[in-house]
Amino acid sequence: MSAATQLPPAPVAAAPAADVGEGAGRRGWTGYLLLLPGALWLTLFFIVPTVSLVSTSLYDPSGSLATGYSMTGHWQNYTQAISDYSPQILRSFVYALIATVACVLLGFPLAYAIAFKAGRWKNLMLVAVVAPFFTSFLVRTLAWQYILGDNEALVSLLRKVHVLGADGYLLDTPFAVVTGLTYNFLPFMVLPLYASLEKLDPRLLEAGADLYASPVAVFRRVTLPLAMPGLVAGTLLTFIPASGDFINSELLGNPRTRMVGNEIQDLFAAGDYPTASSLSITLMAAIVVLVLLYVRRAGTEELL
Amino acid sequence: MTGRAGRWVGEHVVLVLGLLVLLYMCIPVFVVILMSFNDPASRNSYTFDGFTWNNWRNVCEPYQLCSSLALSLRVGFLATAVATLLGTLMSFAMARHRFRGRASANLLIFLPMATPEIVLGSSLLALFVGNGAAGVLGFWTIFIAHVLFCLSFVVVTVKARLAGLDPRLEQAAMDLYANEWQTFWRITFPLVFPGILAAALLSFSLSFDDFIITNLNAGQEVTFPMFVWGAAQRGIPPQINVVGTVMFVVALAIVASGQLGSRRRAVRT
Repeated sequence: MSAATQLPPAPVAAAPAADVGEGAGRRGWTGYLLLLPGALWLTLFFIVPTVSLVSTSLYDPSGSLATGYSMTGHWQNYTQAISDYSPQILRSFVYALIATVACVLLGFPLAYAIAFKAGRWKNLMLVAVVAPFFTSFLVRTLAWQYILGDNEALVSLLRKVHVLGADGYLLDTPFAVVTGLTYNFLPFMVLPLYASLEKLDPRLLEAGADLYASPVAVFRRVTLPLAMPGLVAGTLLTFIPASGDFINSELLGNPRTRMVGNEIQDLFAAGDYPTASSLSITLMAAIVVLVLLYVRRAGTEELL
Repeated sequence: MTGRAGRWVGEHVVLVLGLLVLLYMCIPVFVVILMSFNDPASRNSYTFDGFTWNNWRNVCEPYQLCSSLALSLRVGFLATAVATLLGTLMSFAMARHRFRGRASANLLIFLPMATPEIVLGSSLLALFVGNGAAGVLGFWTIFIAHVLFCLSFVVVTVKARLAGLDPRLEQAAMDLYANEWQTFWRITFPLVFPGILAAALLSFSLSFDDFIITNLNAGQEVTFPMFVWGAAQRGIPPQINVVGTVMFVVALAIVASGQLGSRRRAVRT
């Protein structure tokens, strides 16, 4: 047996592997009965709606909500949606990617500090990570409007130190949108990362150092691989919602920072259900492809 | 010596970085608290113009603020209750029972969490409205949507707690002639309860906070986030910051009392 098999099993929040020992499982009908109500809800209000979204995306776009749509298998909705909205789709993924990278860079030191350096302040720091959750998402995003505002302290300071020009500004820029996205989804990065790091035996780090590994080598060869499940879970929990978000773009951006979520929302509001649905399906399909590529690359297929 | 000093600095650099990130996460909350005392010079002003208690005295003054708040609380409590119940049952099935189709059940639970809100919202809208029956949109469609997106998070949270539970405790109870029912209510349930409570708290905050899905499926109803969204287009009433502050304080109080409670229990044993 290699040493690796004796390491504690890597924990993952949403992984099926986290089930208690298979031997403890009971057979029989009780399992199905317990599962039934929830599974029914998920089927009726997740699977069935997804099917109706797909079929709506193939309706003839010449109909309207009032007159009803006819199902014509109008797949041109997709080519239309992609050719009309590819800049927004691309922009969504670029913003989400930058925000996710920023979340890793900010979230890793924080999760590491909470797991290993916080001592008796650990619980307090965890509460501080979760606490902003409880102030409404929109109210917090509006707070960023204030923080990044043209006449506020941050912009004045940046102008004074010449990071920004004399009439430079932050609000209504791509920077503001990405800042908002990073801020809003950071807890989703910190919590899974912390969950992984917390279960990491600090003696492994000491062992690495004792064997003359440099701190960088210990980080790369011990910490990072063991934190991988949390890192993968965190990047997915950050990237996926961020790419569909339109709140940050609307409140902190300008018309040229519009993301695919803004367009879907507006198309539905305008009553163009077929185009909105095909754009929605396109977003979902693109995300599935990206996630599969990423998970394969990270070598963590078993986590899904 | 320099090696040790270097390591000391290294360790504290991580802590300092972590605290800075924490500050970044908390600054908007401080702004929300500050702005709840703001006396804005004009409707469109979102700068701190002066201190006042007025927003706290007249929370309900902006049209629809309190009715939207009441709706959000109603949906939040109801959706939390249902999602917590269904999700807890599911998590017991997933953690404690063997059956065919576990893999599909797992996928069914995982997928809604991996779907962007805008897609979840649009597919529900496509289902509800389908072919021009927009009249169904309202309280119940909001409720259905909220239970849906809370459910998976409840399952994951409670399942994690169940997985961390030592099965020997239950075996011990059975060895001491407790029947299954007694074992469940005296041993399993009390041990899992903190997980259920955490799941309920998470559900409520997800439900209370949701805008993207709700906005698509609300029809004529206005929840608190929808009110804030509408207000953001016109000029933000400072009262929304009062609501944000109260939510924050209440949530902190719940978490703190939970912490104290578990500490007291730990002392007793």
